[in-house]
This record gives sequence, C-alpha cells and structure tokens, in this order.
Amino acid sequence: MSWTKKILRVNLSDGSCTPEPLNMAWANEYLGQRGLASKYLVEEIDPTCDPLGPDNKLIMATGPLTGTMASTGGRYAVITKGPLTGAIACSNSGGFLGNEMKNAGWDMIIFEGKSPEPVYLYIEDDLAELRPAADLWGKSVWETDDLLHQMHQDPLLRIACVGRSAEAGCLYAGIINDKHRAAGRSGVGTVMASKNLKAVAIRGTKGVGNIDNPEKFFQAVNDAKAVLAENAVTGQGLPTYGTQVLMNVINGVGALPARNMREVGFEGAENISGEAMHEPRPSDGKPNLTTNAACFGCTIACGRISTVDKNHFSVQNKPEYWGASGGLEYEAAWALGADTGVDDLDALTYANFLCNEDGYDPISFGATVAAAMEMFENGQITTEHTGGIELKFGSAEALTKMAELVAHGEGFGLDLGLGSKRLCEKYGRPELSMTVKGQEFPAYDPRGIQGMGLGYATSNRGACHLRGYTVASEVLGIPVKTDPTVTEGKAELVKAFQDATALVDSSGLCLFTTFAWTMDNIAPQIDAACEGDWSVERCLEAGERIWNMEREFNKAAGITGKDDTLPKRLLSEAVKQGPTAGQVNRLDEMLPEYYQIRGWNEDGEVTEETRQRLGL
Amino acid sequence: MRIHQEHLGKTTMKINLELYASLMELLPPGKSRHRREIEIPDNAVVNDAIKQVGIPDDQAHIVLVNGHFVCGSERDSKKFQPGDVLAIWPPVAGG
Ligand code: SF4
Repeated sequence: MSWTKKILRVNLSDGSCTPEPLNMAWANEYLGQRGLASKYLVEEIDPTCDPLGPDNKLIMATGPLTGTMASTGGRYAVITKGPLTGAIACSNSGGFLGNEMKNAGWDMIIFEGKSPEPVYLYIEDDLAELRPAADLWGKSVWETDDLLHQMHQDPLLRIACVGRSAEAGCLYAGIINDKHRAAGRSGVGTVMASKNLKAVAIRGTKGVGNIDNPEKFFQAVNDAKAVLAENAVTGQGLPTYGTQVLMNVINGVGALPARNMREVGFEGAENISGEAMHEPRPSDGKPNLTTNAACFGCTIACGRISTVDKNHFSVQNKPEYWGASGGLEYEAAWALGADTGVDDLDALTYANFLCNEDGYDPISFGATVAAAMEMFENGQITTEHTGGIELKFGSAEALTKMAELVAHGEGFGLDLGLGSKRLCEKYGRPELSMTVKGQEFPAYDPRGIQGMGLGYATSNRGACHLRGYTVASEVLGIPVKTDPTVTEGKAELVKAFQDATALVDSSGLCLFTTFAWTMDNIAPQIDAACEGDWSVERCLEAGERIWNMEREFNKAAGITGKDDTLPKRLLSEAVKQGPTAGQVNRLDEMLPEYYQIRGWNEDGEVTEETRQRLGL
Repeated sequence: MRIHQEHLGKTTMKINLELYASLMELLPPGKSRHRREIEIPDNAVVNDAIKQVGIPDDQAHIVLVNGHFVCGSERDSKKFQPGDVLAIWPPVAGG
C-alpha cells in the first residue's frame, strides 16, 4: 500500500512528538485522508467538546495516492470539529504540502491539547519537533512563509500556516499552504490558532513507495492521465478559464445569487467572469490573469495567478500587492462580487489576495459582508458600527476596507469574523443569515438548481458545494444532464454525488478530476496502489460509510434532522426575474426520499440496519 | 450564411447570439463582450443557428434560449421568436 504506515502524534500541551503505526484496519475501511482521519477524530474526541478548546483535535492527513505519480495526487486535508458549525469539518487543499508530508515519511499528523506558547512544528524526514513561534505570531501568512524559509535557509521547505485573522478568532479562518492554496472552509485555521500552533514546516526527501502493484499502477495512472488530457473540460476548459468560467454560465441559467441571496441574477456578472480576467486592461494593456498554475503532480492546472491594476484605488502606494499572486476562483469571485453587488474585478482580486495573505475563507467572508450590507440597508448596522464606512451593496471601497479589517482582526472586522449566522443574531435579524448549520452558501442558488438545495441541507459540514456537486449534472451535463428545475430523482443524485465525493476526498486526488473521470478511472488507481481488492463497489461503499460516520458524529454533537434545512428566503421567497422566475427550493419534495434511500429513519437518523450494513 | 441568403427579406428575423469562453473567437466584430444581433431564417431551428455561426457540433455543449436549456434532442426542432437570446458555451466546468 502506498502508505508510510506511520503517523505523528503531536501533543501541544506537553510538547511531545511521537510516531505511531497507522491503523491499517481502519485504512481498509475508510481509505485515507477525509475518511481515515475522520475515523481517528470520531474515535478520539468527545463530539460535544468546545471546538476551540484543548479537547478538540486537529488532524492533517494524506490519502494513499498523495505523493504518487497519479495526476492531482498532491492533496491533503484538515479534519477537526469546526467552530463555525459545531459539526465535523474537513477542508481539502492542493499545492505541495501533502506530498511533502508523505515524502517525509508521515501519512498523518494528529495535533492534540494546546501549547502554552506559540509554536510551529518542524519536520525534516524523521525529525519532528515543536519550536518557539513567538516571532511569527502576529505575522501574516505571507510574512510567516518568508520568515520560515529565511530562518531555515531552505527554499524547498513546504509551509502551512495561519494568518492574523485566525489569531483574532475569525471563525472562518483557514490554513494556507504554499502562500495561496487553502484548507479554506469551516474554520479549520481558527482551531489551529486556538492551539497556539502557528505553522507546520515540512521537508521530505524519502520518496513515496510501497505501491502494491507498481506495474498495474503505472498503467492505471497513465490511462487515467490520457482521459484528462483528451477531455475538453480538464484538457482545455479548466486550464484556460479556471473555475471562473462558471460565472456567466450560472448567471445565464438563472442560478447566480446576488446581494445576500435576495436576488437571483447579477447584472455585473460578465465584468467579474473568467472571460473578463483574460481581457487587457486600459491602463497597462495587461490582463488580470497572468498565468494558470498547477498543484503537485496535476495535469489539469486550473489555478489562477493574477495581478491587480497598479492604479486601482485598493493598491495605490502598496507595492506589496503589485506582483502576481493567487487569483480569483469562481466561488470567491461570486461571494466577494455578486453577493455583495460589487463588479470591480480589481477590488475582488485585491480582497482575494487579502484572504490568502491572512488566511480566511473568501466564501464565508463575502457572504458575511453581504448579510452586513443588507442589515446596513435596513438600519440595524450603521456607520457607528462600521467605523464610518458606508457599507452599501455595490461599494468596492467598503468591500476592500472590510477585507482589511478582517485580515488584521480590527474594528468591525471582529464582528464580521463571527460569520453570517452569529452576526445576524447579534444585530437582531437572524433570518437574513444565508447559512446551513452555521456555514455560508457558495455560488449556486438552490431555487434555480433544486438538487443543490438538498445537497446543502444535508451536507455534513454546513452549506457547501464540495460535499455533492450536483451542478455537474444539473447544469453542466456531467456525467449526464438532468433538469435543474425538477425535484424528481434528485435524492438519488445527491446521495450518489455525496458518496463518490467522500471517496475521492479520501484518496489524495483532486475532485476536479471527476469532470472527466468516473469511478471506473479512479478505482483502478486505488486498487493498484493499495493492498486488497478496491473495486468500484468497494470504493462507493467506503464513501457511503464515511458519509454515515460523519452524520453519526454530528448527531452526537447535537446536530439533528431538524438542521437539514435551508434559510426561509430560499424556501419561500420566489425568484423575481429571469429564467427561474417564480421558483423556490422544494426541499420538502426531496428530503423524505433522501432519508429513505440513505437507510435512515424519518427523523434523519442512521438506523441500526444501515449501521450494520456499513460496518459502523 | 447560405441559409441567410436563401431567406432574405420577410422570412428572416433577428435574435441575440451570446458566445462564451473559447467560442468568443467566433464573434464578429462588435462592442458587447459576448452579444451580437444576428439574422436567421424565420423557420430556423437551434441547430441551424449553431451551424450558421460556424460552431462545431462538439463545441456547442451548453445551449440556452432565454436561459432555458436546449438539450441535444430538442436542437433540431426548437424554433425562435424574434429577440430571443441564444447563448452557447463549449464544454466547461468549475466549482
Ligand atoms: S485541478 Fe486545480 S485544484 Fe485540482 S490539483 Fe489541479 S491545479 Fe490543483
């Protein structure tokens, strides 16, 4: 198996770093990364613990294909109990950290307890130790990354760290690796900062071996790479336009939410789209998009590297933001743009830079600003709260100022750091929070795409597109086209996407491969790399097992079927205009069938029979 | 353009064409980023319009008329009303 079979347990309270063997029995049931680390978490923590207390644990985990020659096989994930939702949180990131961890000889790192002082974990192959980070505390992600590289005089060191937003308690802070790749959602960075852990710096030189059947693996990987290259989406569409090509598509089909999801359809969408990122600007003739970029071993290369116009108000006299850096992905562009009503591409790109520089989730941030803007319009939030800023929909100045305040943990930025749910509660308008289980929505309105409504409502980490991306089928026709306006058949579709995604997230591969790959391309790679027989059926059963295990954790944490719902706005305020006019999300037509297909009772509880069937 | 020639005069109508992503290269010169007014025969179906613009079959992946999907099987029968918006994307995805 492509495991090192070794994990590192870091006790932050007493400063110890202890190797231990990987539990291979669990790896056979839960594969790796999201599934396997969730199993460790479920077994080791009290589900009712305070997510920001010392009893919560934080796990960084690779999958069996991480660090191998499989395309996109560089992923790692962070698993913990999330502070935004109180549910199990798993955030996945690309870049180069995951493969470095594997190359250093570690499948997984478990952090427990809380350090009395700021520390960072330094790993050089077998050497693993906590070192003082007092000098790094208070520094941004970018500064921390530079300082650690200088300190260790090692340009090849791979670093994941938290920024100032996490230190200030922003509940949707992420962990950023390689300066602009993020384990972004659900506040995993907030948990890391709560443990006084500033960074993880890794250098691995061992290589990744232990492939069960190298010849078969070589063949399976090469066949799968050919599929990616020949597919129009993964071979051409994603490298050229990135995920941002969706801006016009989703707007065109009447599913782009705008202004805190009060509206559907954004008149400024084409100004902030993937196509607009290619256009030369009048000032210097250069486009926003500098180049595309790839994570470790990826043959798709969907990443965006962008620049902000030097003359733009947001970066005037700030040369530190004039260089090329991680650019807009679709979800970020939507939350920072359409949801706040801002169609200024440079302002969005600058705000996105700040999200990377100080490590916070642009989706949750943008959606929280949007909620604040609606409350500003309604008079619950005033300039007295915002420090004099007119927090109006459409104001690029307000957006960029708010991004600075959250980044630095200052002023009204502390309120925005609460996330939409707590912010709306604080200012007396809880119904204006566009969240599920406390987490903000991404960029697809469930009134225009029915299956996504069910996916959001039942997602184990709150509103999220990456737990079951039925947009692929309902809008993009991958693998087959279904009608986004109907509810029929969506329960089955959502379950299929959720289970398959749980498996892909546990493998070390990137989910974007599934625009071209089916389980028939993925299972042979896992099968050749791992011991035993990993058929398509076994892979899908493992995915279902993982989903149910997460559900059981959430139930024990106090999250029940009653939380499988959507904000009232999306269930009762119909779309006013455009192709989906008159639509609401019809969750009640899908949820009972979904419970039934899942083998849960009518309250959404996993039944004993299902538990037995899945070996839970 | 052949179809257009045969149907000049009363039998043509104007619709709005929108092309996105790599298909934008096929847009004739004009001011709008994505949209051009084009003239098509009154009785043209969606596939006729796609051919008229010169989009290869496998590149017309997402096809919308006024924001509503026109799937493969309907493209040989669905006709237009004057002023309709026909929007076309090549195979794309994101997330
Ligand atoms: S497809 Fe994009 S996100 Fe996924 S591994 Fe490749 S570059 Fe990274």
